[in-house]
Amino acid sequence: MLDFVQQLVSGIALGCVYGLIALGFVLIYKATEVVNFAQGDLMMLGGFFAFTFIGMLGLNYWLGFAGAVIAMALFGMLAERVVVRPILGYPQFSIIMATIGLGYFLRSVVGMIWGTDDFKIETPFSDGVLRIGSLVLAYDKLSVIAATIILCALLYLFFNRTTLGTAMRASSENMLAAYYMGIPVKRVVSIVWAIAAAVATAAGVLLAPITFIHSNVGLVLGLKAFPAAVLGGFGSIPGAVVGGVLIGVIESMAGFYLPQGWKDVAPYIVLLVVLLLKPEGLFGVHMRKKV
Amino acid sequence: MRFLFKTEYEDDIKLFPHSGYVVSYGILLAFLLIAPFVLSSYLVSQLVFVCIYATVGVGLMILTGFTGQASLGHAAFLAIGAYTAAYLQQFNVPFPVYFLAGGLLTGVVGALVGFPALRLTGIYLVIATISFAFIVEEVLARWESVTHGNEGMRVKTLSLFGQAVPQNGPTFYYLCLAVLILTIVGALNLLRSPTGRAFVAIRDSETAARSMGVNVSLYKVKSFAISAAITGLAGVLFAHKLSFISPEMFTLQLSIEFIIVILIGGAFSLHGAVLGAIFLVMIDPFLTYLKDDLPGIIAGIAATFGADSITAAKIHGNVAAIASANGLKGAIYGVIIVLFVLFEPLGLYGRWLKIKLFFQLFPLYKRATFKRQKIYVKSERNR
Repeated sequence: MLDFVQQLVSGIALGCVYGLIALGFVLIYKATEVVNFAQGDLMMLGGFFAFTFIGMLGLNYWLGFAGAVIAMALFGMLAERVVVRPILGYPQFSIIMATIGLGYFLRSVVGMIWGTDDFKIETPFSDGVLRIGSLVLAYDKLSVIAATIILCALLYLFFNRTTLGTAMRASSENMLAAYYMGIPVKRVVSIVWAIAAAVATAAGVLLAPITFIHSNVGLVLGLKAFPAAVLGGFGSIPGAVVGGVLIGVIESMAGFYLPQGWKDVAPYIVLLVVLLLKPEGLFGVHMRKKV
Repeated sequence: MRFLFKTEYEDDIKLFPHSGYVVSYGILLAFLLIAPFVLSSYLVSQLVFVCIYATVGVGLMILTGFTGQASLGHAAFLAIGAYTAAYLQQFNVPFPVYFLAGGLLTGVVGALVGFPALRLTGIYLVIATISFAFIVEEVLARWESVTHGNEGMRVKTLSLFGQAVPQNGPTFYYLCLAVLILTIVGALNLLRSPTGRAFVAIRDSETAARSMGVNVSLYKVKSFAISAAITGLAGVLFAHKLSFISPEMFTLQLSIEFIIVILIGGAFSLHGAVLGAIFLVMIDPFLTYLKDDLPGIIAGIAATFGADSITAAKIHGNVAAIASANGLKGAIYGVIIVLFVLFEPLGLYGRWLKIKLFFQLFPLYKRATFKRQKIYVKSERNR
């Protein structure tokens, strides 16, 4: 029983990281109907920025965190401006390929600059555990869970309560119509990329104590975040987090109770089953066009 | 300049629209046939890879280029073909049998993947094929009684009609070339048959195709099966060329490389698949060449523009450091993909078409001929 709870908590913590990356997918998908295959790599780059600020320049953890988030938000806007904006409005496949290319580029360049070793960021949560009876919970895992809840709530409010959020939802429904209604679609998309990159950075920094940061971490985790986003229904913010947590828990349980090898495949098997039975995901809304 | 006036329906589906095609393809074929005697063995070996990648490219082009079904899981099909060959070879099955068995089995698996894919479009299909590829990779690593797991499998030298065909010899090259040519001719014939036209109709508009009476689900599954089968055949050759296969060779990376082949080749044509394969295989030797010679060239340019010897040496060192950095290849791949998507979405073959059209219409050529229309897709969620 204790093992079960222990696995459950670490699964939830891991799942929250998947959820945070999936949030990035969902944000960009909600605003532009495009899936950013470089999302995991943005997370990795954010982690490396934070590592540079905290580990190499010796800044305070929170200062370094904020610096990395701001730097990555700017980088997100730059990436959108250079790679995505010229092909906005063209078929999805072009944009998917462009983001795959961007991911390739980021992985290799980071490998060239920082090397291919594993890096570790010292955080205030790195050591220390919370003991409840005989249950041992590490602070770094709890911090990931707490941060995910806060970020998710903020984004949910942002999308449903602010003008900018409404504009984003409008431009995702029909880009051209939104443009005609006076929504500055290009700027909206640019801001969405900034937010997505910032969320990815938060995920990267929170992840650093759990998994080390290296140049391929984005690819590995980004591909785990796909099942999360699909499970929750692409385009649903709470769905992304719930999907992430489910995937994290499934993976953690499969690693503990099933023979070796199932751990890595289980999320994808779940994904395929979900795609077959309920392609719109658990939280997805299946809308029909009225003619 | 040559204008083709089509006066009969058959003119539309001719393999060679005019005699110029016969001449140019004949010259190309003649060159390819004498290649092993003229080129260095390294280049011939690269040509074998071009043939294998081009075969996969043709398979993927049928699925993605002509039927409009994106797939990022073709490395798994290649793996199934390769492992079938390696497994059957242990029981002394002759090459033609396991070659066809590899294609057949992969085709069946492709159809099985195609069925679930019927309900999925766009991004969901991409994600589903990625997960399929992951599952296959993991199965290959775990099913040790058949695949020897992560240790990999050794593939014995190919023997055809009792003769050994070493993977570096000219005979193997001819075999791969023959497979490629047969695949291309087969694909051409397929594409001008009702099946091929149904594929194109589905790509252009599924709704329109359905209302014209095309059985969309049937043709989508067919497209998956045919594409997978061709990839499986290439997989058998791939296994022989490398003479050793292990699960970590068939990763997402490889699937992306196949997509690069058809993206950079481009223009929804079989020419594109071949051009893309040439590009992908030849970029490696080209980068190696650059790595060795580029620092000298740049330092030389700097020297001619009046840089003194110390600065020139410094430039030489810096360029050499960048050129030999780990991962440069990946960065260049990334940049190439992005640049092609942004500036030449029709790929290399599209560029060739533009050049050809420029000379055909010489004083009247308009760049806007090839301008892409923005479509501002409406939400896929409302369908």
